Amino acid sequence: MSDLDGFRQEVRTWLEANCPMSLRTPTPDGELIWGGSDVNFTFDDQKLWFDRMRDKNWFCPSWSTQYGGGGLTAQENGILESEMRRLKCRPPQINLGIWMLGPVLLQHANEQQKQQFLTPMTRGEVRWCQGFSEPNAGSDLASIRTSAVDQGDHYLVNGSKIWTSYGDKSDWMYALVRTDATAPKHQGISLLLLDMHSQGVQAKPIDLISGKSSFCEVFFDNVVVPKENLIGELNGGWKLAKELLQHERSAMSKFGEFQLPTHFDLMSLMSDYLPLPHSASEALLFDKAVAVNMEEQAYNLTVQRLGEEMQAGQSCFGLMSIMKLVHTEQEKIKFELLLDAMGYRALGWEDDNFTEQEQAINRAWLNSFSQTIAGGSSEVQLNVIAKRVLQLPENKGVS
Amino acid sequence: MSMVYSEDDRMLADTAEEFLSARSPVSAQRALRDNGAILNYDADIWQQMMELGWGAITFSEELGGLDFGYKGMGAIFEAMGKHLAASPMLSSVTLCGSLLQQLANTEQQAWLTAIISGEKRLALAVDEHARHKPDAINTTATTVNDGFILSGKKTMVIDGVSPDGWIVSAQHEVGCSLFIVPFSDQVKVKRLKLIDSRNYAELTFSDLKLPAAALLGKAGDSFKALEHALDLGRLCLSSEMLGSLKALFNMTVEYLKVREQFGVKIGTFQALQHRAARCFVELELAQSCVTTALSTANDSPENLAASVSLAKWKLSKVADLISGEAVQMHGGIGVTDELDIGLYLKRIRVAQMCFGDSDFHQARFSALMA
Repeated sequence: MSDLDGFRQEVRTWLEANCPMSLRTPTPDGELIWGGSDVNFTFDDQKLWFDRMRDKNWFCPSWSTQYGGGGLTAQENGILESEMRRLKCRPPQINLGIWMLGPVLLQHANEQQKQQFLTPMTRGEVRWCQGFSEPNAGSDLASIRTSAVDQGDHYLVNGSKIWTSYGDKSDWMYALVRTDATAPKHQGISLLLLDMHSQGVQAKPIDLISGKSSFCEVFFDNVVVPKENLIGELNGGWKLAKELLQHERSAMSKFGEFQLPTHFDLMSLMSDYLPLPHSASEALLFDKAVAVNMEEQAYNLTVQRLGEEMQAGQSCFGLMSIMKLVHTEQEKIKFELLLDAMGYRALGWEDDNFTEQEQAINRAWLNSFSQTIAGGSSEVQLNVIAKRVLQLPENKGVS
Repeated sequence: MSMVYSEDDRMLADTAEEFLSARSPVSAQRALRDNGAILNYDADIWQQMMELGWGAITFSEELGGLDFGYKGMGAIFEAMGKHLAASPMLSSVTLCGSLLQQLANTEQQAWLTAIISGEKRLALAVDEHARHKPDAINTTATTVNDGFILSGKKTMVIDGVSPDGWIVSAQHEVGCSLFIVPFSDQVKVKRLKLIDSRNYAELTFSDLKLPAAALLGKAGDSFKALEHALDLGRLCLSSEMLGSLKALFNMTVEYLKVREQFGVKIGTFQALQHRAARCFVELELAQSCVTTALSTANDSPENLAASVSLAKWKLSKVADLISGEAVQMHGGIGVTDELDIGLYLKRIRVAQMCFGDSDFHQARFSALMA
């Protein structure tokens, strides 16, 4: 225990000395630092903090020093995280490669691949994106068709991906590709790493109902990919994809932690927009808001319970499986209600007659529609609960 | 505040489960109903519950209690809900016990000791209207030279038929007073036969003469204590409902796995799978509300009201969903008396109304948050 206390002291002292004061606040939108070949710093302290954390090998504190990690034990890593939280240090960089692909490579890549791909991650030099969904493979992810055909010394990749976050700004993609078109659909998929700067790769941003988005469509036209970039076994990609998606969940929760709360306090907004005395319809809206607020509390208490049960080492699969569904559906209901309560004030698109907050609420409402679809739609979540938690029998007609 | 159950809590839960599944299964409750039992609980089983120490769980050691707190008590109520076990735990131990603990003077302590040990039982007479409105009291008490005169009518007195006494709320002087009224044939008792076949009474007090010693707490100043006791009662009822709803839901999921139509198990139908999954989600949310309120009762009783209203509100909402789905998914046999589904449905519906339904608690929560 005293070793860990010593470590905590050491970490605290180092962070106090090295994390610039300007970076001890929640990260506003637009100030997140994405590691990669072209890091976009908006002010000098960001670069200073980025460089110091990189040189301390703390971009990946728990990875082996062999690949540029910090070599910390799980307990030490926990201490580092809690000390960073305590000082409110911003993350020095955000990188999907580290959170999602990294753990899979550590477990399944060969030594040469680990050297080639993990080391640049720990240096913050490569920005990764995810190539999973396709126009005809959304909830039914295993139906992907993007093909990688064996050409002897390389694969030739053709097809397209969709909903790739920051596809236009990334250096590399980890992609699910079909390597056997004749096998049952889950058994013909491989995990392939490809350089987004290769010839034949084109990324095109997608506009959403809420406006500009980070999502891209990515097209592959005879893209040459070295055979060494295949991770794990040929046609063994589905298992790795499932592991990756598990990391996605914890990555998303970390991501949320770092950002400024985009949380809108329902009850205080209701009071602002519906001052007393209430008309009959305003009273109805207010009553609805109380109920929505109570549901939100029930969810928040469930977040707390999940945390405590996990800490106590209880098995939490069932509880975990409800969280995304509940949260995204509650948000949708909440924003619908806010729109009702705010009336015309919530309908502004781009107009200085409307406050920033009013426009933000409108965007958040539009954005709430994608939340119940992205990252496993509500229907997929319900399937998971029905099959894996309640163990209801499988419908043989669907795979 | 912790939302994880301790070893002690879990031990209580296991004991309760073991005892109730052996001694007080749903079939026993059905038999009590069919035999038209007056008390509608089994006095022997009640005595054994008391011997197991269930009356003592929430009370401090100097009062003869075990000082285990409300998480353990919640576990017991959840088990009673699961097995539909009827007993005066709620009426006597939780409600009247809490009032005595808060207000009893030295002489009245004897009642508390007797309640904790199960030697005696009391019932709380608070409701007067079709809906729960504890602050709308028409029953009056008038101070006279050597005591009080009590007049009025109380309804929905839980376990109100043949207790050793009642605690009665009355309008008195500037506010609400509470009186301990020992059982007597001067109180007119009318049995109410409700859908859940438990013990309820309507009481009429016609200028009933009470001694000065009958006053519990300060004259006209007991509403706060009454609200606190009611909150503990609402909390125990919420735990009971949670147990019943889990049982109902588990029976339904099992049925989906065995019932065949169109040549397949009906649990393969996505329309039913998603509805079952929704029930699971709601039960988990309800569990979080109940667990939080139980912890609050232990650790910060001053914040109990909002926490309990959230729990009772959520449980009442989820009760509508799950009892409805349980009957519907069982189809035709779901509406037969032969199946236990109906017994659960009826008990849960009564528990929903007792001490405030979802609308009552939503309004109360809103007022507490304002």
